Amino acid sequence: MTREEIFSGLNQVFQDVFDDEEIRVAEETTAEDIEDWDSLEHINLIVAVERHFGMKFTMGEVTGMKNVGAMADIIEERV
Amino acid sequence: MMKALEYPFDSQWILKKKKSLRRKLLKEHESFLTKKIAVLGGSTTHDILLILDLFLLNQGIKAEFYESAYNQYYQDAMFPHEKLLAFAPDFIYVYTTNRNITAYPKAGDSPEQAEALLEAEYQRFADMWERLWEQHHCPIIQNNFEFPAYRLMGNQDGVFLEGRVSFLNRLNEKFAAYAREHDHFYILDLQYISARCGLEAWQEPFYWYMYKYALAVPFIPDLAFEVSKILKSLLGRNKKGLALDLDNTLWGGVVGDDGPENLAIGQEAPTGQVFTEFQQYLKELKDLGILLNVNSKNEMENAYAGLSHPDAPLKPEDFQVIMANWEPKDRNLVQIAERLNLLPESLVFVDDNPAERAMVSGQLPEVSVPELTAPEQAIRLLDRSGFFEITRLSGDDLKRNAMYRENMQRARQQAAFSNYEDYLISLEMEARIQSFVPLYLARIAQLTNKSNQFNLTTRRYTQGEIEEIAANDQYLTLYGKLADKFGDNGVVSVIIGRREDGVLHLELWIMSCRVLKRQMEAAMLDTLVMRSRALGIRELRGYYYPTAKNAMVKDFYQDQGFTRISSDEAGNTMWSLSLEEPYIQKNQVIKVVEDQ
Repeated sequence: MTREEIFSGLNQVFQDVFDDEEIRVAEETTAEDIEDWDSLEHINLIVAVERHFGMKFTMGEVTGMKNVGAMADIIEERV
Repeated sequence: MMKALEYPFDSQWILKKKKSLRRKLLKEHESFLTKKIAVLGGSTTHDILLILDLFLLNQGIKAEFYESAYNQYYQDAMFPHEKLLAFAPDFIYVYTTNRNITAYPKAGDSPEQAEALLEAEYQRFADMWERLWEQHHCPIIQNNFEFPAYRLMGNQDGVFLEGRVSFLNRLNEKFAAYAREHDHFYILDLQYISARCGLEAWQEPFYWYMYKYALAVPFIPDLAFEVSKILKSLLGRNKKGLALDLDNTLWGGVVGDDGPENLAIGQEAPTGQVFTEFQQYLKELKDLGILLNVNSKNEMENAYAGLSHPDAPLKPEDFQVIMANWEPKDRNLVQIAERLNLLPESLVFVDDNPAERAMVSGQLPEVSVPELTAPEQAIRLLDRSGFFEITRLSGDDLKRNAMYRENMQRARQQAAFSNYEDYLISLEMEARIQSFVPLYLARIAQLTNKSNQFNLTTRRYTQGEIEEIAANDQYLTLYGKLADKFGDNGVVSVIIGRREDGVLHLELWIMSCRVLKRQMEAAMLDTLVMRSRALGIRELRGYYYPTAKNAMVKDFYQDQGFTRISSDEAGNTMWSLSLEEPYIQKNQVIKVVEDQ
């Protein structure tokens, strides 16, 4: 899966979870950039990303993720 | 009803789409029943509330939530809590899990020590339930416990008294015993739900350590759906019956083509066993008071031939209404409902044919039409859907089939009389009309939540509220039971009036549709007038608030001789009957038995 395909998948998931079709994520996007992205919504995001890409994050990966780019790195390794 | 929120649903999709789902649900219904629900959690409950909200909206119930702060369930319950008191919940849901057990026995503890710990844990919860009831007087839903995450004593963990499996099993039994003894207390069977979903996945540690969720987040919809089943059942939103197709639904094969002797039913072959077990399951539902009906494209003769198959558990007499003809099934379903004096939405339509299902859901969107994709899935599909979720087994529920059957006998007898009044007299009706008594409070509360058609104000009451009203002498209350030569209909009508300055405001007047046109409403009014006069009341004030379902009583007060004193644009009307003028006894056909 190319980096581009991963980001297009991530855009779709983010749009669904935050119910906002305008959302576009980039390498540097963090929770600061999306209004509803708080710690409780984070878990839904993780679950939805896992489902979309058919993979699982470990706890260490989730706690260590700095931005969407880091999330994409892990997905890239895994799928 | 939104299919996406009926079993079998896609949990993860619901979680992902919860925001847009909510928007759609709010648009789907014209009006919602609003209820306040306090969720007292022993771990994170955030998304549980959000998803429960969706399932309730799908039932036409709009919840307002109170959510305790993280793991504050016990504090919120035990110590006077301004915010919770001001919230005044209609329901309390205590969401605790085995993460909230304070002390388990240890290896080497004596049986007495293990027992003392069990008792202490139980007592802590029981004290909390007592306090919640005292303070809030509303139904309480309490999780029991899922199995523990590990078993120190392996397979013997459920055997030795110090094992956690044994401890939790015994604690669950104590919770269940409390529920059996308390009418307002209900168990949410976390043990069964977590096992059904798969304990391994349910207890995925990630969600606990990261977010303090005591269940894996992807299962939140499975949990919330079960909570919504209990709530909608308590609010009288259960379905009442099934409209069943015959060919390839109740038996394998087409009776008209294959002949009854060649149908797949009975124990001889796997396919036959599938249908036999499904029929047995339906018969068990019938014993619980669920009304079975047939909605089939068949000649009547063939339908009876199939239903009379010697190996088939269900017989023609197990059904209330058998519709076998070539009419569209949505029309037949409406007819079945009419014959039973029910709304079509009280029925669940079960058919193996996707085209028939699409036809019925297209024409009657409020009717539940489960996706029966394979006959061997039928039992699971109906069971998990929770259409008939039982919260209390009242005697009336168990007798319901007999009552409806008696109703049809009455209808047949009616046809034999030329004069309707002669027919009514021939029924030899006897009514008991009295103030609320403890024995019937549960049934009265149930009726206030179930009655939609003959319901002047559509006010809903919890059992706690009914108890308070019964004890308050500002209120004049009446319930009416009606029996006749065919059988006892049980409690069928309820009136609640509030006294103020010599006027009785009729806050509630309801009657079960199964006794329509029997002059029961007249008998109720006669007693109401008599009792009101004895209390020095000068005027009865009636109110009619229109809903989508209660048009049948729009002119009720007028028909009873009340005078309209006001009306507004929404169609709300207010009516008055002066008790200072002569009143002529209205009921001529029911013998009313007075208080002893």
